[in-house]
Amino acid sequence: MQKSIRIILFFLVFGVLNLFGQHDEESRHQGQNNEVRSSEAAHEEHEVEEFNVKNTIFHHIGNQNVFSVGSFSFPLPTILYSPGQGWSVFSSGKFDIGHHGDGHNAIDGYVLSEGSVYRIADKDFDREGVKHVVKIERGQEMVDGKMKEVKYAYVEGQKYKLDARSTWDGGALGGGITSFYDFSITKNVIFMILTALLLFLLFKKIANDYVKNKGNAPKGVQSFFEPMIIFVRDEVAKPFIGEKYTKYLPYLLAIFFFILTLNLLGQIPFFGSVNTTGNLSVTLGLAVIAFFIVNISGRRNYWEHVFWMPGVPWWVKATILTPIEFLGLFIKPFTLTLRLFANITAGHMVVLVFLGLIFIFGKSGTDVGGSVVGTLTAFPLVMFMMTLEIIVAFIQAFVFTMLVASYIGAAVEEHH
Amino acid sequence: MIFLADFSVIRPEPGLFFWSVLIFLVFWFVVGKLAFKPIANALKERETSIQEALDKAKMAQEQMEKLNSENEKLLQSAREERGKILAEAKDMKNKIVGEAKDQAKLEANKIVAKAKAEIESEKEAVFADLKNKVGSMALVIAEQVLEKNLSSDASQIEYANSLVGKLNLN
Repeated sequence: MQKSIRIILFFLVFGVLNLFGQHDEESRHQGQNNEVRSSEAAHEEHEVEEFNVKNTIFHHIGNQNVFSVGSFSFPLPTILYSPGQGWSVFSSGKFDIGHHGDGHNAIDGYVLSEGSVYRIADKDFDREGVKHVVKIERGQEMVDGKMKEVKYAYVEGQKYKLDARSTWDGGALGGGITSFYDFSITKNVIFMILTALLLFLLFKKIANDYVKNKGNAPKGVQSFFEPMIIFVRDEVAKPFIGEKYTKYLPYLLAIFFFILTLNLLGQIPFFGSVNTTGNLSVTLGLAVIAFFIVNISGRRNYWEHVFWMPGVPWWVKATILTPIEFLGLFIKPFTLTLRLFANITAGHMVVLVFLGLIFIFGKSGTDVGGSVVGTLTAFPLVMFMMTLEIIVAFIQAFVFTMLVASYIGAAVEEHH
Repeated sequence: MIFLADFSVIRPEPGLFFWSVLIFLVFWFVVGKLAFKPIANALKERETSIQEALDKAKMAQEQMEKLNSENEKLLQSAREERGKILAEAKDMKNKIVGEAKDQAKLEANKIVAKAKAEIESEKEAVFADLKNKVGSMALVIAEQVLEKNLSSDASQIEYANSLVGKLNLN
């Protein structure tokens, strides 16, 4: 039941975004007529830009090299590597972050746009030192018969094309491996470190309580978390893994509380709008670790079931079963990646879409009556979504843990 | 695809991937070793101690019940024993009384027989004595009769002789 609601909401959101996307395209086509304009004029137009829901949402759920709470921007360490150029390590504050997370400075040929680092593609560009960036502009370009979004930076009166960020989508989603890698401590990395530290302190205290309270009933924070720990042990680890569960219990607890805490931190409004578990790179990382744990623990029985399922005619095995089972090894972590990512991202997007209603109805603050209507409409919807998202935060953490436990259980199962 | 063009979350970034793997591995290693393992052990220990305590209580109860039932059994057997002893005592009493009665009867019979025999012998002695006395009395009488009549009549002598003959026959 809940799943179907989620699916409907997900398509609803993508449908809405699609509309915005088309609208964006139209305005861009209109804009192409007066392409020639001075950089100063363009900057001014940037200030009175119409509220763009799509960009706002993508900006909020994306990862950034700056951590902003309200109108404050905290600079973060930026670690960049470009083959041929080497490493560049500096604080993102040096970009002189301004409106919309765009930086006013170019450092070593890197610029900051909407909170993310881009590299100037031009080989002739003199990368040495700090240079003033007037404006960063979006545009479109035909690449291999496909329209691709590109960004341009105006540096010292010149317009330079920016390289896209390095991604592992192989260009299928508009990315690909480009000229630089961003290993920065970004907003999401900061939140993961924060979560890890918080959970470490919390569970270290609880572990100490168990020593201190030995032979007594649990107290305080210890008794709050004990049911959760026992739940993971008795409802997830024991039934799925069996006798050998003790070896995997620390991992299952770690993954459960790590995902749960990140999910819940992402629900706090005005707290950097962090979307860590709604980021494909993060969920991919967690799923890859799960993949290695499952396959390293694989017993003879497991591999036999993958490559040569007993009790099935050989031609079935050779033609269908073995290829499917082999693909299944990789599909399992892939679904883990997508499930967590899609659920959390969808929740964030729905909340942001509803909040966007305020700005759409209010025409970016010019129509006060519209804003009031928008607020009255958005408020109950957002409240509903956030409540749902808290449930989803627990469910998704549980589902991830339970599925990994079931994969481990299949891997360690002895011949029966 | 155009609306996904800037959808950076859907494109896996090597940098963020690297950091998430590293942070989670460190987190797993440290928290697993320092917190989750001790917690799991403590929980297990506590559960086994609770189980042990329950088992012990159950065992104690069972033992108690066993003791109780043993007591009951003992009591029962004691009661039976008492009944048996009582019955035996009754039997014994009856037997003793019966035997005493028999003995008494026998003794009485003996005494009676003895008395009878004594009486008989006494009687005989008395009869013999009586016979002697009667004989001597008859003799005396006869003497007196004879002293008076003997000279007169020979037939009377004859008659006295027959009388003496008759006395001897008795």
